[in-house]
Amino acid sequence: MESLSFTFPAGAAAKRRALVGCVGSGDLEALLEPGEAGVLTVKVLTSVNGSGPRWEQLFQRLFSGQTWPALSIDIHDFGATPGVVRLRLEQGLEEVNHD
Amino acid sequence: MTDVAQLLHSRSFVELSARERAKGLLDAGSFRELLDPFERLMSPWLQAQGIVPQADDGVVIAKGTFDGQPLLVAAIEGVFQGGSMGEVGGAKIAGALELAVEDNRNGIPTAAVLLLETGGVRLQEANLGLAAIAEIQAAIVELRQFRPVIGLVAGAVGCFGGMSIAAGLCSRLIVTREARLGLNGPQVIEQEAGIEEYDSRDRPFIWGLTGGEQRYACGLADAFVADDLQQMRDALRAALAAGEPVQPRSRRHQQMLGLLGGLGENCPQLDAAQTRALYKGVLQ
Repeated sequence: MESLSFTFPAGAAAKRRALVGCVGSGDLEALLEPGEAGVLTVKVLTSVNGSGPRWEQLFQRLFSGQTWPALSIDIHDFGATPGVVRLRLEQGLEEVNHD
Repeated sequence: MTDVAQLLHSRSFVELSARERAKGLLDAGSFRELLDPFERLMSPWLQAQGIVPQADDGVVIAKGTFDGQPLLVAAIEGVFQGGSMGEVGGAKIAGALELAVEDNRNGIPTAAVLLLETGGVRLQEANLGLAAIAEIQAAIVELRQFRPVIGLVAGAVGCFGGMSIAAGLCSRLIVTREARLGLNGPQVIEQEAGIEEYDSRDRPFIWGLTGGEQRYACGLADAFVADDLQQMRDALRAALAAGEPVQPRSRRHQQMLGLLGGLGENCPQLDAAQTRALYKGVLQ
């Protein structure tokens, strides 16, 4: 098990919080909460050791494509593949932007 | 002819997460979660053993109304650690049931429904999980003196171990075809009895003996429902209306012991049909 943290630039604070996913095999749970304006922080607790560079690259790609709202994201990962991580975070983005 | 319109509008219950199940059962808009995941009341034991915890410890506690009446829903998430009962998740359920007892003492007639998807105690939390299960069982027995406590096993995990005893203590038990109910899970029995006697990979055999349909036919469950949210709500309504049985299943242990005693020492292994015949007339 490994604990990682990342920080990225972001836009204004998100409107609301959201929970997506579940700590089940091949999946993850992400808690998204409004953060300090301009900053997106991600904390990852993962069952897969040595996966730091993979998370780094995945987040780089995900958060550089578009400006995300300022969020504090907590991830509890149980071996989700990069595709699943991306789907879950985009699902979370939909929910925090939803009125 | 298949009712196509009904089929298209049917909403699976088994496929819902614990939180969606609780929301789906309660009256629309009445769902209010206690100790929600953002409170981050997590197991303090899993991380120390190298296991990733979940923010709600796999238990959703919700209060709301059902047909306008106060209802407590405790839903176990079977996908997280097999729905195992640890210190935190177990205490959430026990505490919620005890609060429902307090409600009743204060004139608020809160009933409860437990959505049981659990392999039983969480082995990593050992005695603390077992203690929590004992508290849950005591709280069920206390609450059902006021208002019914309905157990609901939908699947796909099923309900095993100490929590199967909790299921047996409920006023009424609802099951689906997907559900299983048993004290020990199939792999444990295989390990103890040998693969010739009990093959845990033989799914028709396992469901034939411990599946929801069989348990209902034997009188160990009170309602057998299709995997459909609306039918689940109807079954819950009927179970709440039927209330506490005159003689609860848990008070019929003498009949059960007599039944087992009658099998003798060298009883051949019974199949599903023989088991049903054995129970017939005893529990129904």
